[in-house]
Amino acid sequence: MKLDRTAYLTLGLTIGIPLVLALLNQATPAGSALHVPTYVVALAGKYLCFAMLALAVDLVWGFAGILSLGHAAFFALGGYAMGMYLMRQIGARGVYGNAELPDFMVFLGWHELPWYWQGSQWFPFAVLMALIVPGALAMGFGWLAFRSRVTGVYLSIITQALTYALLLAFFRNDMGFGGNNGMTDFKDILGFNIQADSTRSALLVLSALCLCAQYLVARFVVRSRFGKVLIAVRDTESRTRFLGYRPEAYKLVVWTLSAVMAGIGGALYVPQVGIINPSEFAPGNSIEAVIWVAVGGRGTLSGAILGAVAVNFGKTWFTGVLPDYWLYALGALFIFVTLFLPKGIMGLFAKRPGKPVAILEAAK
Amino acid sequence: MTEAETLPGDTLLYLDGVTVSFDGFRALNALSLVLEKGEMRAVIGPNGAGKTTMMDVVTGKTRPDSGKVMFGLDTDLTKLDEPAIAALGIGRKFQKPTVFEPHTVWDNILLALAGDRKPRFSLWAKETAEERARIESVLETVRMKDQRHRLGGDLSHGQKQWLEIGMLLAQEPQLLLVDEPVAGMTDAETEQTAELLREINKTRSVVVVEHDMAFVRALDVKVTVLHEGSVLSEGSIDHVSADPRVVEVYLGR
Repeated sequence: MKLDRTAYLTLGLTIGIPLVLALLNQATPAGSALHVPTYVVALAGKYLCFAMLALAVDLVWGFAGILSLGHAAFFALGGYAMGMYLMRQIGARGVYGNAELPDFMVFLGWHELPWYWQGSQWFPFAVLMALIVPGALAMGFGWLAFRSRVTGVYLSIITQALTYALLLAFFRNDMGFGGNNGMTDFKDILGFNIQADSTRSALLVLSALCLCAQYLVARFVVRSRFGKVLIAVRDTESRTRFLGYRPEAYKLVVWTLSAVMAGIGGALYVPQVGIINPSEFAPGNSIEAVIWVAVGGRGTLSGAILGAVAVNFGKTWFTGVLPDYWLYALGALFIFVTLFLPKGIMGLFAKRPGKPVAILEAAK
Repeated sequence: MTEAETLPGDTLLYLDGVTVSFDGFRALNALSLVLEKGEMRAVIGPNGAGKTTMMDVVTGKTRPDSGKVMFGLDTDLTKLDEPAIAALGIGRKFQKPTVFEPHTVWDNILLALAGDRKPRFSLWAKETAEERARIESVLETVRMKDQRHRLGGDLSHGQKQWLEIGMLLAQEPQLLLVDEPVAGMTDAETEQTAELLREINKTRSVVVVEHDMAFVRALDVKVTVLHEGSVLSEGSIDHVSADPRVVEVYLGR
């Protein structure tokens, strides 16, 4: 696979900036002018996880025309899978000192671990679940929705309903995932103290590597013949059908892949923010992810990463200065981008306005 | 399948008593039609006569309420969906030219080429020399060799029509259904399109739905006149133009 300048720049920045942040955090003393405080490292890691969610949204929205308003559900499920592992690592160090059961289960008066918590103490198993659970849910959901030819606004509404349904389900204590409070108070991951600066830095670099890998996979997919069919389905679904393609099969593949990518993002998010609770399923989160992609530039992949980081950086800064007005600012930003930057920030850098990359590629 | 057995062996498409209703409106009313292998047929009729619905039924977009649609002697099209019917070798050109606008002319043809349509194939597929040769030959036929790098969306209306016909050819169908191919074309383009369709008809069967009587005359093939969802008249263009029922339908009573 040949990489162009945009791809090199995206990969370089995605790995370069976190690496510098992590190195400065580790190699300089706390008083130094060059020192990067640990909260910045954790924040950057969080942005990268959001970027994975944005990339996942862009893959289905930008290239298959599926406007998912429930993608944070897959992110949160990946997060819960990792949260279960982290919960089990606490062991007897919990408030109730129960080596077997997480605190919230002791609090609920449970005496044994539910069957679906079996295996969660093993890291590889947790990682596998972070991939399989969002992937399987997406596959089942997609199989039903795409086969019935549910598209457009209707599909968007169902995805929104999906995440809302999960929100309500995870709020329930008897679901066995900590209910309203979710899971927190994590102690360590793979034996490393989760609060330690070095662990934080390592998680940041790991997130950057995962994001790069996801970017490369997504780029491979959209530039393959599969990707060309996908774009054709996005714009002229019936034509592809009369040419003998099954749009539902293409959508299902990309939808499932996208959910797995979001799940990985969630799994990396939880150890870095230290908590997972049902609010991650809130419909607003999914909508925000769509805004990141719109701001960065839909259907560009690089733009999704850029948009996620830029908007979240703006959110951090803005909520520090004028906390009550962030939602207004976000709304205004969305309107501004829709009106004046229909191709997002990436549209500003396009070599020939209005001409997609295809023409440049064809001329080679 | 007694009716089918009595048909001559070179029947390609056979519609028998096909009825389609939308909310009580009968778009097709016991329509019967036989198309032979290698034949080109023009289908004309006033608006609402059921021309497009007939194509929808043949290509699997619409399921008939009753009646039979047979492809060859033994394939019942009413039991299949669009991709399956396309795979059997029935290509369709839409009334409004429908090409993949973000893709180049080249890629449009590439995606239409007969071949494996499964995601697991297309994910790893590389353009082969054989595919390139086939694309070149299609571009040659539709006279678009010098347009290959242009985007579908940048083409003129007439060029889009030809690209779509090129995509159909790339599909290598046995039967082409062409819905109003010259709508919105200049006289010169219309002339070229008639020539192109005659060229295609040398190796494939074609059904052309058209409003433009001059074009139908230029094609010089058997004509089927539809009216209110069934066949009103059939025969040469001179024969149907002389049919008083056709005159009445077209000119009003």
